[in-house]
Amino acid sequence: MKRLKNFLFLLAAVPVLALGAEAGPPLDKAPVNLADQESLQRGARIFVNYCLNCHSASAMRYTRMQDLGLTEDQIKENLMFAAEKPGETMTVGMGKKDAKAWFGATPPDLSVIARSRGPDWLYTYLRSFYRDDSRPTGWNNVVFDKVGMPHVLWSLQGEMAPHFKKEGEHEVIDRLELVKPGSVTLAEYDAMVGDLVNYLTWMGEPAQLERKKLGLIVLAFLAIFFVVAYYLKKEFWKDIH
Amino acid sequence: MSALQKVMGWVDDRFPLTATYKAHLSEYYAPKNFNFWYFFGSLALLVLVMQIVTGIFLTMNYKPDSELAFASVEYIMRDVDWGWLIRYMHSTGASMFFVVVYLHMFRGLMYGSYRKPRELIWIFGVLIYLALMAEAFLGYLLPWGQMSFWGAQVIVNLFAAVPFIGDDLSIWIRGDYVISDATLNRFFAFHVIALPLVLIALVAVHLVALHEVGSNNPDGVEIKKKKDPVTHIPLDGIPFHPYYTVKDIVGVIVFLMVFSAIVFFGPEMGGYFLEANNFIPADPLKTPPHIAPLWYFTPFYAILRAVPPMFGSQFPGVVAMGLSIVLMFFLPWLDRGKVKSIRYRGPIYKIMLALFIVSFVGLGYLGLLPSTPVATLFAQGFSVIYFLFFLLMPWYTSIDKTKPEPERVTG
Repeated sequence: MKRLKNFLFLLAAVPVLALGAEAGPPLDKAPVNLADQESLQRGARIFVNYCLNCHSASAMRYTRMQDLGLTEDQIKENLMFAAEKPGETMTVGMGKKDAKAWFGATPPDLSVIARSRGPDWLYTYLRSFYRDDSRPTGWNNVVFDKVGMPHVLWSLQGEMAPHFKKEGEHEVIDRLELVKPGSVTLAEYDAMVGDLVNYLTWMGEPAQLERKKLGLIVLAFLAIFFVVAYYLKKEFWKDIH
Repeated sequence: MSALQKVMGWVDDRFPLTATYKAHLSEYYAPKNFNFWYFFGSLALLVLVMQIVTGIFLTMNYKPDSELAFASVEYIMRDVDWGWLIRYMHSTGASMFFVVVYLHMFRGLMYGSYRKPRELIWIFGVLIYLALMAEAFLGYLLPWGQMSFWGAQVIVNLFAAVPFIGDDLSIWIRGDYVISDATLNRFFAFHVIALPLVLIALVAVHLVALHEVGSNNPDGVEIKKKKDPVTHIPLDGIPFHPYYTVKDIVGVIVFLMVFSAIVFFGPEMGGYFLEANNFIPADPLKTPPHIAPLWYFTPFYAILRAVPPMFGSQFPGVVAMGLSIVLMFFLPWLDRGKVKSIRYRGPIYKIMLALFIVSFVGLGYLGLLPSTPVATLFAQGFSVIYFLFFLLMPWYTSIDKTKPEPERVTG
């Protein structure tokens, strides 16, 4: 057994080989806090105003936003522009064929985008658009090169220009610089994107808060059950030697 | 005679209810020295039941249609009452099934549970493992995400590597030239009807064979050799019920705590139980940059990739992968050791088993990564060790210096 343990110990060295490091620009940490209902509400508002024109969230029902502390009337008045009834899912009017013709690719459904991309990627992506006149939309993105999506939030953030640095043979983007201010400051813009990503993270799995709450109860129950079962076993086994 | 006894008598005249209960529970004598490793058999049965029950509820809302499948899973996650819990129990259960089965198999290797007279138990067990792999593979297509689609594509293409009949074979499996709605429908049928039936039948014969010869134990000695002269009960045996039922309840609770911790606090398990790319609907026109199978298949996937293509064909790799599982069937006859349990084995077997485990886990790790020259080199080394563990076994187990087995089981 001792030898076995030694060999198992060796295994710890395997990940050090670092055989599969994935390249890509570093991502900023998204300020996700699902307990912050006001942030989620602000994020929902940005989502329906800016994203829900081209992107659908076809698994998401408007009524579910009641979980964010909103009433059905509030949802109807402030957040429902593309649906008749609050029980409907978040669909868009734009046809798939049109979208493909206009953007080169159909804008993906955003229901579970936070689960496939991850909040950090979304947070970085939405803050990494820059002016690039070689692109048909006039925009490019640091974390998604040649992206088909234009900078929808440009009127807020303003226009960014890339600042290059030399890395070996070729030039890479070092950082972005604000060349034309938008309607809010960069810090305010970051906070807005933070709210939006917070909302997207929640929308990826609206049951997640309930899940974690229930998990604590289940584990507490099992812990008590364990004590009972342990002493039951001990009682039955006391004669076995 | 009480009313209950009358009813039991009536039933027993027509069906061996009391006799079956005695033979498998109250008078099935199991060795008294089972340790930690002996929890995983009953836990595997628990997970099987859990998968069947949660699976039944999932099928009530899942739609096996390439246009609707992905959305129906999200519908279950959001609009079905407790749907998220049922789905996470099923997805976590799939991975935990393999965790439990791998530990159960490792127990068999350590204590020689596959040795005479338990060869058939082992063979049924390997068949269960094969059926489980098929069940998991088929089920993974159903969410119809990118990884579902492309994972199935890669695996079905393995059959296309078979010489001469490969192309026809893979079309026959898919029911189409590509993974499509036809494939999804037949995989659904196999996943929810065919393979569960096979699994249940195999588990039944696994248990019948086990209860025929009796359980092995960490000492690897036969408790049936030393029986009470009057009662003919093995001296080191205790009735499965109530002793091991109450003990297994403790194991079940500990297992459920681990299980619940995953289901409620990290159902994705860092992408190992639910992959991020599988939250993107299947797109036949967009190949993901890196396709890795789920973690429980990666050791075999790494063996597959470790073998270079020969004569322009991937077939040798496919053969190596198949062989790595087929060899398990021969284990009872490859082992020539004088003792069963690792407790009394010599140093050579212990080293070989340790190397085998390191290789298996190492291959599992490498199978997750994109192929690089260094990774391939490691995978080749581990694959060689994996095969040598089996192929050299008749030799190294017979020359190994074993310790004498005790007469009776030790604590």
